[in-house]
Amino acid sequence: MIFYIGAFGLVLIGFLIMMTQKNVFKIVIGMSIAETGVHLFLITVGFIKSGLAPIIYDLNIDKLAEIKFVDPVPQALILTSIVIGVATLGVGLAFIINVVKHYKTEDINKIKELKW
Amino acid sequence: MKKFIAVLIVVVIGFYFYKSLNYFKFGAEREGVYTYYNSHAVSDTGVANIVTSIVLTYRGFDTLGEVTILFLSAIGIGALVYGRKEKVLKETCFIIDTSYKILFPAILLYGVYVFLHGHLTPGGGFQGGAIIATGLMLRLVTVDKKWNEKMFSFLEGLSGLSFVLLGAAGLLLLGSFLANKGVLGLGVVKNLFSAGIIPLIYIAIGLKVGFELTGIVNNLKKD
Repeated sequence: MIFYIGAFGLVLIGFLIMMTQKNVFKIVIGMSIAETGVHLFLITVGFIKSGLAPIIYDLNIDKLAEIKFVDPVPQALILTSIVIGVATLGVGLAFIINVVKHYKTEDINKIKELKW
Repeated sequence: MKKFIAVLIVVVIGFYFYKSLNYFKFGAEREGVYTYYNSHAVSDTGVANIVTSIVLTYRGFDTLGEVTILFLSAIGIGALVYGRKEKVLKETCFIIDTSYKILFPAILLYGVYVFLHGHLTPGGGFQGGAIIATGLMLRLVTVDKKWNEKMFSFLEGLSGLSFVLLGAAGLLLLGSFLANKGVLGLGVVKNLFSAGIIPLIYIAIGLKVGFELTGIVNNLKKD
């Protein structure tokens, strides 16, 4: 339970940062934090009690059916997700550099076109 | 007022997260695809790391898409910073210069180790590529030389192409894209030269990710 609370806590902290901060860089960092929380949550879902890491390097191959591993599918998905997170973070930062250079400010309240 | 609304929204989202926890029992037993992977992955692919076997064979097409997304984002960043000049560092710190000389070969070696042993130990192409990229970034902030971007993008494209070609070899020989069993032979499990084309694909991915991340950081550095 405490693991789920930690993961969801990260997601909620990220949302809060995205909604309350005015600095564009801080908004992107909040997005990154929320993403980390989602990764942590999916890894936690894959856990199985007293399960081993799904690597058989030190184990006997013939007795694999008796060994209990944790679920390897979420781990493989998170591997994909982390890389895509880095890619989106890079594109977001490149956009922000352009925006900051164009408007000469980092405050979203002073960027008129962003108002809603 | 806006902050109050934000906190309210977060509280509501948190409440529904808490309600949904009933569906995810922590550490519960499970069946289905999990059982298949854990009992068949080693005999199917000859890989000692089950996560690697899922990433590169069962979900190998997905990984190809992932590499494509990384490539597209690198292109996007290159387009966004197009026309900016390379920033040449005037002077570099003595500590960073010295540690660069000592650490750079070690970091590269470690990165290569991580992606060469991706089918045996924790790690793999993406992680090893990221480690290589950190080494090259260290070069980026120390050495005062012009960066040979064209060479890097050429190597990056070559490693991406070799991933597709290795997949196409399976298509030609066995009739399915990224087929592993029978293209090179699986070898003995837990050996360095085993698991068919998986180590070759991870070498390609490692080099591609390393050069790609370095290119992204180099582009973001431009002024």
